[in-house]
Amino acid sequence: MTLILANARLIEPETGADTPGAVSIEGGHIAAIAWGEQPAAPEGATVVDCGGHALAPGIVDIGVSVGEPGARHKESFRSAGAAAAAGGVTTMVVRPDTQPPVDDPAILEFVRRRAEESAPVRVHAMGALTKALEGREMAEMGLLLDAGAVAFSDAVRPVADARVFRRCLAYAQGLGALVIHHPQALDLAAGGCATESEFSGRLGLPGVPALAERIGLDRDLALAELTGVRYHADAVTTASALGSLRRAKEAGLAVSAGVSVHHLTLNEFDVGDYRTFFKLAPPLRREDDRAAVVEAVGEGLIDVIASGHRPQDEESKRLPFEAAATGAVGLETLLPAALRLVHAGALDLPRLFRALSLNPARLLGLPGGRLAVGAPADLVLFDPDAPWILDRATLRSKSKNTPFDQSRMTGRVLRTWVGGRSIYDRAEDA
Amino acid sequence: MLDQRSLLGVADLAPAGALAILDLAEEYVALNRRRDKKRGVLRGLTQINLFFEPSTRTQASFELAGKRLGADVMNMSVGSSAVKKGETLVDTAVTLNAMHPDILVVRHAMSGAVALLAQKVNCAVVNAGDGAHEHPTQALLDALTIRRRKGRLSRLTVAICGDILHSRVARSNIALLDKMENRVRVIAPSTLLPPEIDRWRVEVFHDMKAGLEGADVVMMLRLQTERMSGGFIPSVREFHHRYGLDHEKLAAAKPDAIVMHPGPMNRGVEIDALVADDLERSVIREQVEMGVAVRMAVLDLLARNIPGEGAA
Repeated sequence: MTLILANARLIEPETGADTPGAVSIEGGHIAAIAWGEQPAAPEGATVVDCGGHALAPGIVDIGVSVGEPGARHKESFRSAGAAAAAGGVTTMVVRPDTQPPVDDPAILEFVRRRAEESAPVRVHAMGALTKALEGREMAEMGLLLDAGAVAFSDAVRPVADARVFRRCLAYAQGLGALVIHHPQALDLAAGGCATESEFSGRLGLPGVPALAERIGLDRDLALAELTGVRYHADAVTTASALGSLRRAKEAGLAVSAGVSVHHLTLNEFDVGDYRTFFKLAPPLRREDDRAAVVEAVGEGLIDVIASGHRPQDEESKRLPFEAAATGAVGLETLLPAALRLVHAGALDLPRLFRALSLNPARLLGLPGGRLAVGAPADLVLFDPDAPWILDRATLRSKSKNTPFDQSRMTGRVLRTWVGGRSIYDRAEDA
Repeated sequence: MLDQRSLLGVADLAPAGALAILDLAEEYVALNRRRDKKRGVLRGLTQINLFFEPSTRTQASFELAGKRLGADVMNMSVGSSAVKKGETLVDTAVTLNAMHPDILVVRHAMSGAVALLAQKVNCAVVNAGDGAHEHPTQALLDALTIRRRKGRLSRLTVAICGDILHSRVARSNIALLDKMENRVRVIAPSTLLPPEIDRWRVEVFHDMKAGLEGADVVMMLRLQTERMSGGFIPSVREFHHRYGLDHEKLAAAKPDAIVMHPGPMNRGVEIDALVADDLERSVIREQVEMGVAVRMAVLDLLARNIPGEGAA
């Protein structure tokens, strides 16, 4: 049974191609690609007319928090999976910050089974780097690896103790595992909830100096150099940390970096009148930092754009800013928000999908992220120019804590396929 | 007149509104000095003082202000009861709102908390201090004190000294004094200054005598006990040595400069007892008196915007 996605604008991140064409799918994989000239469909094939819209490899979102186990009222695999499908995310890489955390192979197996049962997209799990994510003792990385962990991380909690962290990195290096860490000098950041600036000072909010990120990253990179581990910083959001990252990459270290789409499209002023949906970790940055990080994505210094998806219930956000929970949902808004960068001229579409699909897939050793014969048919069809206004009530996530409520978006997902199977069709959705 | 429902901060107060409050407060200063201090402008209205953070003088001042104007005043200290039972700020607001208060006077330890609460109720809200953000009635009573002593509220040099970083009093005063076109200076060690305060249209001094040079008004701030040792300053005695106001340092200011303090004072820390009690220079007791009058004026003006029968 052959499925042909015809009359598409093909976005290929590896070659940088952005050309009309068609994709032919068989057995869940891409069987053929017609660049430019499109041959007639073979007898018996199902043909989908893409209407000239953009067809790209599905998004591989590194760093999604789901509430299973422990906080299913915030997000289940079913709701997260539906949100991912509607957002063009075909692979979710979930964080270990559940209750209990994924620091035990049994929990990992539970997560994989629940994901298998109820999410229409591919799900891979990270294992905890340290037991209970407490930063004191290393987790059973070897057992977790055998159980299927694709990387090790303490989610948004940095390991403060350099000795513990060094040993975790050394051990992970021996396993050949990838460590994903949140770079932040915790002692310097302690007590803060907004980026330290004139603005936070006027609001009377305790500030986190932007430098806490660079100091954290500098330490991490030095230990990565010492141990030779594959290290990925999940959020590099400040101009001064970019210098450290650039030097480490130029020195040939096996390091990479990501950033959430929120830090690319919003800045500290969006907090405005203590709006807690804009309380993130790390906090939103100054405009000059945001611009520098966008540029870094453009030149490939920052490898990955992720949603940073962190569902929080209404109660934990309806609090004074200092007391409110951090994080925002993002699976469904990742692509439309990231398209703002394309419309602003900072990136072209192939470049964007390097950061959304190709690079994260490569980092994790996954076969997707490309439009290539033999690659899994994980695809997203979207209209990059469709204007719409986001109403948070319509989000598929159980938690509705998006910073984009009532925002104008340009670009919308039309269809999503995983392994050649249609998992989202906007035409049926509206 | 004041064309707003609530007073959440100096930031959203127009200069004309601030002056209206001060002018009306003058009348209440006179009233408060009479034997019969009672007016009926708030008769029938319910005022709830909702304090999530303990306070003696501000709460007493608002209570007296409401009672003198004829309101039914209830004091609630929430820090102890509801919060411990897990009730959130918003729940508390919604619960109280159902009891139909007309004015809520709210203090909370976190910046922005009073504004959050104000979104959830449909009565007038007065910010009696939110975290390190704003304390508008303190700035207004300070302004009234300055205007009475100096005869004007503009073109003055005002030096604010001490823990600016954690002070809502400093933020509201800087905002109001700047609106009224005064020269504002801040004097503090770097560790007690907000980030990038040099962009706030203030002059920054680390040396107290240099900062006091030629000042018309010296405004001291309270140093919270928990910030005194090691964290932000090396010790109390070092702070007192460099930033404690005594007559020697005060000599750098204008000969007729007045000394202010929002209270409660730490004598021997930020202010020397001899300066605090010097009736020639210190207006600290007068500030307390102005506090009641200013709060009466604020309550009165806000109450005028509460719809009456048939108007709602």
